[in-house]
Amino acid sequence: MAMALRLYLLLIVFVSSAIVSFSLYEDQVGLMDWHQRYIGKVKHAVFHTQKTGRKRVIVSTEENVVASLDLRHGEIFWRHVLGTKDAIDGVDIALGKYVITLSSEGSMLRAWNLPDGQMVWETSLHSAQHSKSLLSVPVNLKFDKDYSILVFGGGYLHAVSPIDGELLWKKDFTAEGFEVQRVLQPLESSIVYVLGFLHSSEAIVYQIDSKSGEVVAEKSKAFPGRFSGEISAVSNDKVVVLDSTRSILVTISFVDGEISFQKTLISSLVEDSGEAEILSPLLSNMLAVKVNKRTIFVRVGDQGKLEMVDSLSDETAMSDSLPVADDQVAFASVHHEGSKIHLTVKLVDDLDTVLLRESIQMDQHRGRVDRVFINNYIKTDRSNGFRALIVMEDHSLLLLQQGAIVWSREEGLASVTDVTTAELPVEKDGVSVAKVEHTLVDWLKGHILKLKGSLLLASPEDVVAIQEMRMKSSGRSKLTRDHNGFRKLFIALTRAGKLFALHTGDGRIVWSTLLNSPACARPSGISLYQWQVPHHHAMDENPSVLVVGRCGSDSSSPGVLSFVDVYTGKEISSSDIGHSVVQVMPLPLFTDSTEQRLHLIADTDGHVHLYPKTPEALGIFQREFQNVYWYNVEGDDGIIRGHGMKSSCAGETADEYCFTTRELWTVVFPSESEKIISTLTRKPNEVVHTQAKVSTDQDVLYKYVSRNLLFVATVSPKGAGEIGSVTPEESALVVYLIDTVTGRILHRLSHQGCQGPVHAVFSENWVVYHYFNLRAHKYEVTVVEIYDQSRAENKNVWKLVLGKHNLTAPISSYSRPEMFTKSQSYFFPQSVKTIAVTSTAKGITSKQLLIGTIGDQILALDKRFVDPRRTLNPSQAEKEEGIIPLTDSLPIIPQSYITHSLKVEGLRGIVTAPAKLESTTHVFAYGVDLFYTRLAPSKTYDSLTDDFSYALLLITIVALVAAIYITWALSEKKELSEKWR
Amino acid sequence: DDSEGLLLIYVFFFLSPGSKKDLETRLLAIDDNLRTTTMAPILRSTPLVALLVLQISLLFFASTLPISSGSEDSNTITGRVRIPASTAIGHAAKFSNIKVVLNGGQNISFLRPDGYFTFHKVPAGTHLIEVYALGFFFSPVRVDVSARHHGKVQATLTETRRSLTELVLEPLRADQYYELREPFNVMAILKSPMGLMVGFMVVVVFLMPKLMENIDPEEMKRTQEELRNQGVPSLSSLLPASP
Repeated sequence: MAMALRLYLLLIVFVSSAIVSFSLYEDQVGLMDWHQRYIGKVKHAVFHTQKTGRKRVIVSTEENVVASLDLRHGEIFWRHVLGTKDAIDGVDIALGKYVITLSSEGSMLRAWNLPDGQMVWETSLHSAQHSKSLLSVPVNLKFDKDYSILVFGGGYLHAVSPIDGELLWKKDFTAEGFEVQRVLQPLESSIVYVLGFLHSSEAIVYQIDSKSGEVVAEKSKAFPGRFSGEISAVSNDKVVVLDSTRSILVTISFVDGEISFQKTLISSLVEDSGEAEILSPLLSNMLAVKVNKRTIFVRVGDQGKLEMVDSLSDETAMSDSLPVADDQVAFASVHHEGSKIHLTVKLVDDLDTVLLRESIQMDQHRGRVDRVFINNYIKTDRSNGFRALIVMEDHSLLLLQQGAIVWSREEGLASVTDVTTAELPVEKDGVSVAKVEHTLVDWLKGHILKLKGSLLLASPEDVVAIQEMRMKSSGRSKLTRDHNGFRKLFIALTRAGKLFALHTGDGRIVWSTLLNSPACARPSGISLYQWQVPHHHAMDENPSVLVVGRCGSDSSSPGVLSFVDVYTGKEISSSDIGHSVVQVMPLPLFTDSTEQRLHLIADTDGHVHLYPKTPEALGIFQREFQNVYWYNVEGDDGIIRGHGMKSSCAGETADEYCFTTRELWTVVFPSESEKIISTLTRKPNEVVHTQAKVSTDQDVLYKYVSRNLLFVATVSPKGAGEIGSVTPEESALVVYLIDTVTGRILHRLSHQGCQGPVHAVFSENWVVYHYFNLRAHKYEVTVVEIYDQSRAENKNVWKLVLGKHNLTAPISSYSRPEMFTKSQSYFFPQSVKTIAVTSTAKGITSKQLLIGTIGDQILALDKRFVDPRRTLNPSQAEKEEGIIPLTDSLPIIPQSYITHSLKVEGLRGIVTAPAKLESTTHVFAYGVDLFYTRLAPSKTYDSLTDDFSYALLLITIVALVAAIYITWALSEKKELSEKWR
Repeated sequence: DDSEGLLLIYVFFFLSPGSKKDLETRLLAIDDNLRTTTMAPILRSTPLVALLVLQISLLFFASTLPISSGSEDSNTITGRVRIPASTAIGHAAKFSNIKVVLNGGQNISFLRPDGYFTFHKVPAGTHLIEVYALGFFFSPVRVDVSARHHGKVQATLTETRRSLTELVLEPLRADQYYELREPFNVMAILKSPMGLMVGFMVVVVFLMPKLMENIDPEEMKRTQEELRNQGVPSLSSLLPASP
């Protein structure tokens, strides 16, 4: 038997070598996480398709991104996300090697190196007033370095050297009432024309020497009437503008500085004319005008004479004109017809010459074409080929070439506004979605490879094989529910009003739906709610989500409700609800027989409306009528109001699902000393596992767990601005905990010399918030924990035995809460964009704070670091409990960045959702980029890790059995020989 | 404000121990530090009187940066990010991916190829500059832009409370985001709890028989007899003494 033991020992040595891994190793990247890079809705695009080098397109977007995309595949070569207040006004290429961006209302000019995106120079331009910002990079600049970049912004015209960004000269145009409309520099000319309107009734043309910035000539001419401001430059010496009645087109020509007007009635061009609108595309000697939902093309003759040459239907998008060979100029237009789009490229001078006509099948859920940018290339037969970059209504970006979509980017996902989760369908018998490993041999081979990998015995080829195997590991991206709840859908609503379902396994888009409404063409989405989540009853129904939107940007515009099936992505129904939407309140725990969740929607008139509008829902609601309370925050006035239900508003309207409310309480903050900057409640669906917290000295603390707590942070009005705008004496930050049923202020904490912005997270019985301490000039994080005093007496066992405890006493918000708080503050060395907390299925697993830093990374910080019970020298017992010695600042451990070496550019929010497995939580972060990972804050204590080697276990067992048999045989033999002796 | 500062300096001066020699050496060091700044020439001429002033300068006027300009409301802060080649591990220190953030996101600036960055139109006051470079940890910098002295800039690292003579920002440390896989190591396995257990068992299996061999069989028999006589231990002796 000793032999067997020895073998067993050897095997144990072997097994113990497979150390279970805890934090992330470099080769584990991409196993549980995915990262998607976006840029946002494209505003400007400039093609760079020289013969040498890679073909690219430079784009700037509404998310303040400037990026260089590969024209072949649509991948990002480089991109930069500018600051939120640094919106891009224009982008162009200079000298063939620099990307020039104008941003911050024409006051910041930057040059980026075209191949790698390195910033080359940066020039801050003087600006005195708000005005149009115009960037003009002369075409000649590509060949001749003598020309300069002309920038108009903030009332000044600047000439900037493209080589080093040096300001060559600037000219003041800040005169009262003068508005610069166009800056033109004709080819081969050293004169810059600046055209502007004085008080909208006088046209002034300045001629400026482009070398010195001196005004060479100035001409002005009064116009009988007023201009409406919309202007289109049709050539180097002519512009066309609408007058204030929007019915007359005025051609302003300024040949040699002489200004002349020529008026043309729109009614003389088209028969049934209404108000006109000049469209933005820049065409040469041509003008696109929108009249009566039609687009008409107007040719501008040499003498300023206008004639209509073509008209198109309303749903047409047009590109700027593009010079093609032989001094000809072309432009592209795209219009819809059924499920197809038609791309047409025509010559400007001769609209009958169609250079290109293509029809492309287009997904209905992309909406209409919003913008078109075209580029030409010379085909092998020396004719012109065209490629078109189009931006759709859902913000997606597509490249069309030779009648096909070469690539597409779902840029809508760069502007996610709300996120919720949804389950996948249950796997039915006989329906196998993905194949499992084929044979036992393959399975074993795979595991032996893994084993080699974990022992670091694998060769480079093996490592590649292991990585590949892990990436497509069994059923990671299956479209069915799994036992652990790792596979889920994240439903994301974007600013364009499109709904995307993303799979947690690999991040692919399972379905997407562009919202429609009978009331208006494209409602803007506001928020997302889980509408129907069948899990006990109505199991044959598919779960659905509620999308609340509104027609128009104003808060009083009518709301739209949309119900979308989560499994299929089909819009089940969409209704125009006829009242505005101010606040949507999902009623907790109230579901009807089909498990539809009851929601209340408050409108601007102070009424609330119940949804779904069914008698059953009404019945449920009537039962709980007296127990429904809600509150609203009027941030500008510094008032928080609490409301209760009053009666049905049947007296005013016949709608029985409408209710009036009464005001129960108000909390008014003094406007001269406090301004609300942040409010926060607990997540309504959060699960708290235990209310009691046992400390080391056998003492029990009871958490004050209430769903009706509101965290409010106020700051002195002076301190509401940026850091650096206020001194420590002038600013104070005050935080409150308010009961939203009674309006009682449960706790107030004041931080002198501190200011916002406040980023907070509220979970269970604690709030953690991040703010700026002006005295220390550092960021601080404070934790406040709330405990219930009234239950603190229930410590004695005898009381519990004899039933003299109050644990089963009903909890009412009206009873005076006896509570106490504990708090502690720490320094934090980084600015923060958002904070979230992990959430698990049963709430047993310890929590981690997820801190989105200004560097667009996400740091996981154990809740134990923000525990008010931390002391400088914890006792032995406290140490055993896991209390960390107090330090003045919170640690940043690089390995606990859950985004590891990635960045979620433009990070705006973090969403967590529990998996079925208690130890695990899903984390989804959105901004310009998307990032998903699965976290186990207390390690995966309830499941084996992916790294667990089944092969090793099997080999061990087999070896053990073999060893037993061999040693048994040996010992038999030995015994026999002994007996023979 | 200033008087309070002076008071503090006096306290510091009296509290700081050290012989005259000590002070002199410190003075030399300070002098060396300040050689680049504008104050240096005056100070060198009258070293003894300047002692107090130097203490002040160390504490409060820690750094006077010449790189600033502008009128009342539009000062310019110019600085430089430098990443020593030695600290760059794994991550290529690409300047194109580094961002410099003013006041928690009010302004974002990018680096030029030589590592310089500029913030334009900064009002006078106390500001915070943070550098974000993937793979490195930078301390935030407190920057005081003086209204009186034409936008004179003073900078202090908030993490280490070290003042900077010029606005050159270097990472405090390089960040390693991944755990490193330990190479296969026999010692590490033996040191683990599992390894210790195995070690103990090895001792038992291989050494115990050797020990047993040395025991006298007679004695062995006697011990076994004794154990048998004692009988089964009673339940009461197993229970711990009641409190």
